[in-house]
Amino acid sequence: MINMRRTSLAELPANEHAIILSFANGRSETNRLVSLGFTPGANVDMTQNYGHGPLIVTVRGTRVALGRMEASKIFIKRDRE
Amino acid sequence: MSDLPIPTAPAAPLIIQEKIPLIALAGQPNVGKSTLFNLLTGLNQHVGNWPGKTVERREGTFTFEDHSYNLVDLPGTYSLTANSPEEVIAREFILREQPDVVVAVVNASNLERSLYLVAELVALPTPIVVAMNMIDVAAQEGIRVEPEVLEAALGVPVVPVTATRSSGVQDLMHILEETLGGKRRRKPNLPEIRSDHREVLAEILRQIDGLVPSPYPANWVALKLLEGDAEITRTMQDALSQEKWAAVQGVLRQHDDALLAIASGRYEWIGRMVRAAVIQPKIGQITLTKRLDDWATHPFWGLVILAGILGFVFWLTFTVGSPVQNWLDTQVVGGLSQLASNALVNAPFWLKGLVVNGILDGAGAVLTFLPIMVIFFAVFGLLEDMGYMARAAYVMDNLMHLMGLHGKSFLPLFLGFGCNVPAIMGTRVIDSKPARMLTILIAPLVPCTARMAVVAFLAPAFFGPKALIVSWGLVLFSLIMLVLSGSVLNRLIFKGQRSAFIMEMPLYHIPNARTIGLLVWQRSLSFVKKAGTYILAMAVVIWALSVLPNGNLTSSYLVQFGKFVEPVGRWMGLDWRLTVALIASFPAKENAIATMGVLFGSSPNAGLAQTLTSTFSTASALSFLVATMLFIPCMATVAAIRQETNSWGWTLLDIGIFLLITIAASSGVYHLALVLGA
Repeated sequence: MINMRRTSLAELPANEHAIILSFANGRSETNRLVSLGFTPGANVDMTQNYGHGPLIVTVRGTRVALGRMEASKIFIKRDRE
Repeated sequence: MSDLPIPTAPAAPLIIQEKIPLIALAGQPNVGKSTLFNLLTGLNQHVGNWPGKTVERREGTFTFEDHSYNLVDLPGTYSLTANSPEEVIAREFILREQPDVVVAVVNASNLERSLYLVAELVALPTPIVVAMNMIDVAAQEGIRVEPEVLEAALGVPVVPVTATRSSGVQDLMHILEETLGGKRRRKPNLPEIRSDHREVLAEILRQIDGLVPSPYPANWVALKLLEGDAEITRTMQDALSQEKWAAVQGVLRQHDDALLAIASGRYEWIGRMVRAAVIQPKIGQITLTKRLDDWATHPFWGLVILAGILGFVFWLTFTVGSPVQNWLDTQVVGGLSQLASNALVNAPFWLKGLVVNGILDGAGAVLTFLPIMVIFFAVFGLLEDMGYMARAAYVMDNLMHLMGLHGKSFLPLFLGFGCNVPAIMGTRVIDSKPARMLTILIAPLVPCTARMAVVAFLAPAFFGPKALIVSWGLVLFSLIMLVLSGSVLNRLIFKGQRSAFIMEMPLYHIPNARTIGLLVWQRSLSFVKKAGTYILAMAVVIWALSVLPNGNLTSSYLVQFGKFVEPVGRWMGLDWRLTVALIASFPAKENAIATMGVLFGSSPNAGLAQTLTSTFSTASALSFLVATMLFIPCMATVAAIRQETNSWGWTLLDIGIFLLITIAASSGVYHLALVLGA
C-alpha cells in the first residue's frame, strides 16, 4: 500500500496524457472545473508545465490555465501506469 | 455574404402590434456571442447594469423583415450553477422574465465544451434555438460538423452561423420566427443523471414536491440541490419546514459526489451528440495557437512579449495621444474658457468662475483625456478579441500571487496605465469578490497618463537631463508600492485569502473590427457620461472650495485647509503651496500644475519651471513627485471606486490607505534624499 500515493495533475509533465480520477478542490471550485470539462474519466493533456507557476492543460478540446495549487488538488491516473 | 438584417430603429407601428418578442442570447465565454449581438443590434444597443449588480447588461432592438425584436445579451457563463453573479443573472432572467426564445450560441470548433451550457438550458421551460457559430474556425481546425444531425439528436433547431462574416443570420431569424410562431415542435432530448444517482434524485424530488417556490421547476431545483448550488440551497432552506429541510439535507450529505454524477451525465449526453454530428474530428496538426503559445505563454519570452506590447502602447500614447490631449486642453478647452470668460465678463464673478474654472477647466480637462483612453480601449479590445489577453493574465500570474491575486487581476491593471477609471470598471472580469475588492483598492497605484503628464512637466524642471531616469524610477516605484500594499492589504484585510486561477485560453483568431469598434464606442461613451455627471458635480464642489468665502484663492477654504495640514506636508518636505497643489490634484491630476501657476503667480508656460527649480530643494522636488504618483486618486477614479464597490466604507478606506502611503513614502524619500545630500 506504500505506492498508493495519488498523483496530482500538477505533477504531470508537459505533452503527457492522463485520466482524471477525483477532485479535492472544494465544492465551488469543482463546480467551475466541471463546467470547463474536468470530470472523472475525462482525458487531459498537459500542454505546458514548467514545474513552477501556472500550467496549461487541454481537456475536451479546450485549453485551460490552472494555478499550480488548483492543479495539485486534481488527482489523475497516468496512461502508462 | 451580406444577408444581415439592417440595424435600424424599430419604425413606429401603423397599427398597434402585438407585444414585441423578447429574445435572450445565452452562451459560454469565447463562443462569439457578443459578435452576434453586435451584428443584430448594431448601434441600437444599450449598455447598463443588471439591477443591484455590477455585471454589464446589454440589450438592444432590431428589425428583420418588418418585425421588431428585443434582444437581451445574457452574461457569458460556462454553466447555470451559481458560481458567480453572472450565472445567477442568466438563469433568473430565463426563469423570471420568461423570454419568448433563448438563442444558445455554441462554438462549432469546440462543441463538446460549449454544449455543456446547452445541456443545462434544454432543462429549462423556455424554447431554445442553437446558433452554431464559428463554422469557419472549425473548418480551419479541420473539423466538419453536420448541423441537421445535431438538430435531430438534440431535438431543438440548430442553425450554422458565422457571425464575424455575417453569414447564416437570415436563416437564424427564419428559424426564430418559426419558433416564436409555434411552428416548431419542441421535443428536446434531455440529459440524464448518471444511472447510479437516479434514485437519489427521485428521493429529493419526492421530498420537495409541491414545496418549490415559483418560478423554479421542481426537477431543476432537485438537480441544483444535488449539485450543491449555494443560491438554490438557500432558497429551499427558506421554503421548507425545518424537519423537511433536515430530511433533504440528510440525503444530500450522503451524496456529496452527486455533482460529478450530474456533470458526467451531461457530458455523456454531449458525447452522444458530438459523435453523431461531428463527421470529421480535429486533425492532430500543430495549430497556430500552439505555435504562438510556445512564445506567448513562455515564463520568460511571454513577459518579454507583454513588455513589448506595453512599450508599444506607451509609445502610441506619447506620440499620438498626448499631443491630441494637449491640443484639446489648450485649444478647445482653453479656447472655450476664453470665449466663456469674454461672454461672461459682465456676469457675476461666481457665474463666470463656475463656468470657466468649475465646469470647463474641471470636467472639461478630464474629458481631454478621451483620446488617450481611446488608444488604450482600442489596443485592449484588439488584444482581447484576438485571444491574447488570457495569455497576458497567464504570464503575470506569478507576480500577482505575491498579493494573493491571480493573473486575471492584471487585465484591469493594464488598462490603468491609460486611466484608472476603466481599470476600476475592468475589475469585473475577476471572479472572486475579495480578489476583485483588493484589485479595486490597489488599481489607482498604476501610474495613469494624467499623473505621467504632471511628471513629464515637473521632472525636466527639477532634474534637467536626469528627468528620464527619474520618470522611469517613479513608475517603477509606484509599481513596487502596488505590489507591497497589495500583499499587506491581502494579509490585513483579506486574511491572506487566495482565489482559484481557472481560466479558459481561447484559440487565437482574427480580430473583428465591428466588435472592437463597438467596445471602444461604449467604453468611451460611459466615460463621457461619467464626466458629465459625477465628475462635473465634484469639479464644481472643488471650485467652490477654491473661491469661498471671498472669491480669492489665497484666502479660500482650500488654501486654509492646505495651511492647516501644512505640518503634515512638512514631514514630506512640502511647504503650504506644494501641499495645496497636491490637494488640488484631486479633481484632476494635471490641476497640480495649474494650481502651482496660480500660487506662484506665474503662468505654467513661462517661468514656472524656473521658479520651482530655484525655490525647492531636490529632496522636496523628489518628494513632491512621489506624492503626485501615490496621492488619493482623482475624483473620477474615486467615483468609479464608489460605484464598483457599492460602498462608501471601502471608498473611504481606500482614500485613507492612499493618504497613509503618500505620507509614509514621501517622508521616507524626502529624508533619505536629505541624508544622501541631494
